[in-house]
Amino acid sequence: MVIIGAGECGGRAALALRDLGYEGPVTLVGDEPHLPYERPPLSKDAMTGEAPVIKAIASDELFAERSIRHIHSVRAVAIDRAAHTAQLSDGSSLSYDKLLVATGSVPRQLPMPGLGPRCVYLRTFNDALAIRAHLSAGNRVAVIGGGFIGLELAAAARKLGATVTVIEAQPRILMRGVPAEIAEIIHKAHEAEGVSIRTGQGLAAIADGGKEVAITLADGQTIVADLAVIGIGAVPVTALATESGLAIDNGIAVDEHLRTADPDIFAAGDCCSFPLAVYGGRRVRLEAWRNAQEQGALAAKNMLGADEAHAAVPWFWSDQYGLTLQIAGLSDEGKSIVRRDLDDSAFILFHLAEDGRLVAASGIGSGNAVARDIRLAEMLIAKRASPAPEALGSQAVKLKSLLAA
Amino acid sequence: MSDWVEACAAEDIDEEDVMRFDHGGRTFAIYRSPDDEYFATDGLCTHEKVHLADGLVMDDIIECPKHNGRFNYKTGDARGAPVCVNLKTYPVKVDAGKVLIQIG
Repeated sequence: MVIIGAGECGGRAALALRDLGYEGPVTLVGDEPHLPYERPPLSKDAMTGEAPVIKAIASDELFAERSIRHIHSVRAVAIDRAAHTAQLSDGSSLSYDKLLVATGSVPRQLPMPGLGPRCVYLRTFNDALAIRAHLSAGNRVAVIGGGFIGLELAAAARKLGATVTVIEAQPRILMRGVPAEIAEIIHKAHEAEGVSIRTGQGLAAIADGGKEVAITLADGQTIVADLAVIGIGAVPVTALATESGLAIDNGIAVDEHLRTADPDIFAAGDCCSFPLAVYGGRRVRLEAWRNAQEQGALAAKNMLGADEAHAAVPWFWSDQYGLTLQIAGLSDEGKSIVRRDLDDSAFILFHLAEDGRLVAASGIGSGNAVARDIRLAEMLIAKRASPAPEALGSQAVKLKSLLAA
Repeated sequence: MSDWVEACAAEDIDEEDVMRFDHGGRTFAIYRSPDDEYFATDGLCTHEKVHLADGLVMDDIIECPKHNGRFNYKTGDARGAPVCVNLKTYPVKVDAGKVLIQIG
């Protein structure tokens, strides 16, 4: 069993193969120098904690004990499907019976001239270290892109005392997948913390002088920063699959078993697109930590012949200041919204399809105020339930009671 | 052997639910099972120190509100990624409508 990509997904797949009792060789190939580690903290605690600590998903000892061979700092450069081998960038090659491609995604590059050493992206632990070095008090940070990575970094930078400007081309932050009502709360939280947010602002020019960056907005204003962090989305890493003749459709195209058209090659996590059963097989690609975990584990099962279909509901969270947002399901499937207030500041929006089916739930509140009800909503979505809107909107009705119905 | 500490009234916790209890600078989670039995564990998830009492109880499982790590709250056993370290459990008894836990 060979796994290309040693992130959350690849790491979980390797561990799952052993959990499932597979005793043959397991090789995990990754282009970073580290063991598989958790990426969510990179835009949060890794920035603001005492010292940046890498949070490995399992220890060196555990990988050794489980006889998982980890080849680090090496990429796979080609797959010979007929010979069942993968060629690596160090010149060596690996034979496989089953191959899992878990190459993840990389930050979308800003297609503009003028970028330089003070214009950076965040994906890896080493990227996080480089950014952290510039977030001290008094420094000026420009965040290009009002998505999750950018906003979490903005919150971290403020906590460390930097001056922060967020630039977003869309009319509001978090346009993709987050309802306007919730985005507005996050927008206000940032403004209350002193972040300047410039929405509806395209970029006219960027000039990186090596020590600072001048960013000229579409309206002619210029923002000068010590560091510009670009967070404008991610693109799946598919080159290896493309060159191997595998189909690409917004990511490596796999079926509900995470299998490509080649029965011996699977793909999972950020790099793949797959049919989502709960929405009638709509093809999606998810960039989320839990999805990477679940698909890694499922791919491992199916590599061992289980033939189990992916059935999970998408779920993700974001932490900014004291606020946590959680979203289960895909809110763009909804036609109407029912609001349920949990306390003075926490609420959940239930997204209902035209036929009344619950298709998503978006919640925000301080700490983990929305977690339990979002989890219950996720189970209702998975059951394809159509709860009465009055029940969803009423604090007096427990969501758990709707699940039993 | 340490003393029994009163955590809450038995009726404070719904069936198949959990409640946070802080005592002596430590935090615990007290559970009432669907079979109306009471249990207690350390209050913080072993993954990232999140309060489990904000999580969801389903049967004999408590699920962490942050990253969905799962534990059997009766035994403390970790039940899958991302948690790998078991949760410490404490003896519990109900006496005259009060839930008491024995803090070791």
